[in-house]
Amino acid sequence: MPPVLRLLAKRLGTSLIVLIGVSLLIFAIARVIPGDPARIALGPNATAEAIAALRERLHLDDPFVLQYGYFLADLARGDLGISLYTNRPVTQDIADYLPATLELVLVAGLMMVALGLPLGVLSARYRGSWIDHSVRMVMLLGVSAPSFVWAVILMLLFAFYLPLFPIAGRISDSYAISPVTGFLLVDTLIAGNVRAFGNAAWHIVLPAFALALSGIAQAARLTRSNMVETYERPYIEMAKSYGFPEKRIAWRYAFKPSLIPSMTIIGLDFAAMLGNAFLVEAVFAWPGLSRYGVAVILRKDLNAIVGTVLIISAMFLIVNVIVDLLIAFINPRIRHSQRAS
Amino acid sequence: MNTLRIRDLRLGFKGWSGAVEVLHGISLHIAKGERVALVGESGSGKSVTARIVLGLLQSLRSTRLSGLVEFDGRDLSKLSERERHALRGTKMSMIFQDPTSSLNPVYPILTQFHEVLRRANPAIAVAEARARAEKALADVSITDPARALESYPFQLSGGMNQRVMIAMALANEPSLLIADEPGTALDVTVQAQTLRLMREQVERHGTSVLFISHNLGVVREFADRVYVIYKGRIAEQGPTAALFGNPRHPYTRALLDAVPRITGEGIPEIEDASEAYFAPTVVHEGYGEPEGVA
Repeated sequence: MPPVLRLLAKRLGTSLIVLIGVSLLIFAIARVIPGDPARIALGPNATAEAIAALRERLHLDDPFVLQYGYFLADLARGDLGISLYTNRPVTQDIADYLPATLELVLVAGLMMVALGLPLGVLSARYRGSWIDHSVRMVMLLGVSAPSFVWAVILMLLFAFYLPLFPIAGRISDSYAISPVTGFLLVDTLIAGNVRAFGNAAWHIVLPAFALALSGIAQAARLTRSNMVETYERPYIEMAKSYGFPEKRIAWRYAFKPSLIPSMTIIGLDFAAMLGNAFLVEAVFAWPGLSRYGVAVILRKDLNAIVGTVLIISAMFLIVNVIVDLLIAFINPRIRHSQRAS
Repeated sequence: MNTLRIRDLRLGFKGWSGAVEVLHGISLHIAKGERVALVGESGSGKSVTARIVLGLLQSLRSTRLSGLVEFDGRDLSKLSERERHALRGTKMSMIFQDPTSSLNPVYPILTQFHEVLRRANPAIAVAEARARAEKALADVSITDPARALESYPFQLSGGMNQRVMIAMALANEPSLLIADEPGTALDVTVQAQTLRLMREQVERHGTSVLFISHNLGVVREFADRVYVIYKGRIAEQGPTAALFGNPRHPYTRALLDAVPRITGEGIPEIEDASEAYFAPTVVHEGYGEPEGVA
C-alpha cells in the first residue's frame, strides 16, 4: 500500500473511533439537559396521554443503553430520526442547512490561507520594518475581538454606512436558483447564471471575512513567528551565503519548513469556524446549520441535536484528516516514515 | 595575486547600550590556491570575519565596518549590494559546521543543488543541473549520486551530507572557499575522511581556502599558513610548521597547550585570559601580518 494511502486509512480508522465516542457523549449529554423533550414539543396544552405516547415513540422511557442501541441501529441505516422542531427527518434538515454553512466556512478558510499566510511571510521577511509592525498591529486587532463583533462592525461599516455589500442573506431574491449541490456559488455556475454567481459571491464576502478574520490573524501571527525562527536556522544562513535570491528564500526555503507547525493550528482554526459560524450566521441572517443547531438545542430536540453535533464533528474530523495529509505532503519526514512503520 | 586581502578590518555593533567593537583591526591575506587557517576560541571573531568576506554583515543596520576587504583585487566596500550578492555562491562559497542542518530539510538534495548551480547560470535546466550534480557528487566519492540527489538530508548520513556540501561549495568553481569549522558536528573518523576529500578537491580546483577552526590538529594537517586570532585581534601568524614548531605569542602557546594529549597527561589548566594575551602584535616584530604584502 502506498504510504499516503496507509496514512489515510489509519487516520480514517481513528476518526471513526472518535466519532463513535462523540456520538455516545452527545447522546448522553442531550438527555441530561433538564426539560422533557416531549412536553416542549407538544406545547403547554398537551394531554398527559399525548406526552406519554410521544415519549413511548421516542423510546425515552427505555434504559439509556437500549436507547443508544436504537440510535446506532437507525444510524447504520442512515436514519437520524425525526426532528420535533421541524417535523422532518433530521437528515433532510441537515442536507438543507449544511451546504450554506459549509460554503461560508470554506470561503472563510480560503481567505484564512490566502490572506493569512502571505501576510505572515511578508511580516517575517521584513521583520522589524514598518511592514512588519503594521501587519502585526492589524493582526493583533484581528485576534483580540471575536468574529461576531467583527461581523457587526463590518456590517455597519461596509453594508450600512458605506453600502458596498448587501446587509444580509445568501443571494438576492430576484434570482431563482434550483439547488443541485446546495452551494450557491456552485449552483449558480451550474445554472450558467454568471450574474447570479456574482451576486452570491458579493453576498458571501462580508460574513466570510468576519468569520475568517481571527483565523487570518492567527495564521499570519503563527506563520510569522515560525518563519522568524526558521530564519535563524543554518540552512537559511547557507541559502543566504550562497546568494539565493531573498524572495525565493522567503517564499520557498523559509516558508515551507515554517508551514509545517502552522498547518495543524490552521486546520483546527478552520474546523472551529464550523461552530463559530453561528453568531456570524445570526448577524447576517445566513440560513445555515449553526442557526438550526442552536434552535434545536433550545427546544431540546434530541434527534436534531445529536444529528447536528455528529455532522459538525464529522466535518471537524474530515478537516483534520485533510490537514494531516497536507502535512505529510509538505513534510518529507512524515511521508517517508510511513513507509518504515 | 591574492585572492583575499584584509587590512585593518574593524567591526562594531551598535546596540542599545552603545557600540561594541568586536574586531579591532584584523589584517590577513590568502594567496591564490593557498589554504589559510584562522584559529581561535569561540567569540574571538573568526566567524564574523568570514561573514564580512561573504558580504552578509554589510547590510545589517547595526554594524559599523571600517578597513579594507579586497577580493580578487576588488575592494568589497566599493561594490554595491548587488555586486556583492553576485559574488556569493559563484566566486566564493561556504561550508558550515553541521552539514545536516545546513541543508534544507524539506527539499531533496537535487533542488538545492539546482539552486546553487543556478547562481552561476540562471537559465540552467533541471536535466543539466542533475547531470552536473551527479558528476560533482561522484567526485566526492558518493557511490550512488542519482539516489543521493533524490534523497532528503535526513535520509543521508552526516558524512554524506558533508560530501554533498563540499560538492555544492565547489560546483561553481569559486576562487575562495570559506570553511567555518567544517564537520565539527561529525564524529572524528568521518571528519577526517571528509577533510581529506575536501583537501583533494580544493587542490584539484586550485581553490583558495579560508579555514576557520579551533581544532589545532585539523589545522595542522590542512593549512599552509595559520593566523591565530584572539578577542578580535590577530595574535600571531606564520607558516603552519613554523607556528606549531615555535609558537611565540603567549596566547598561541596557551592554545597549543590546551589540546588534550592522547598520551593522557590530564586536562590542561589554562587561565581564562592573561595580560600577556593582549600584548599587541606590533611589538612582536614579525609575528603579525607582514607589511607590504602584495
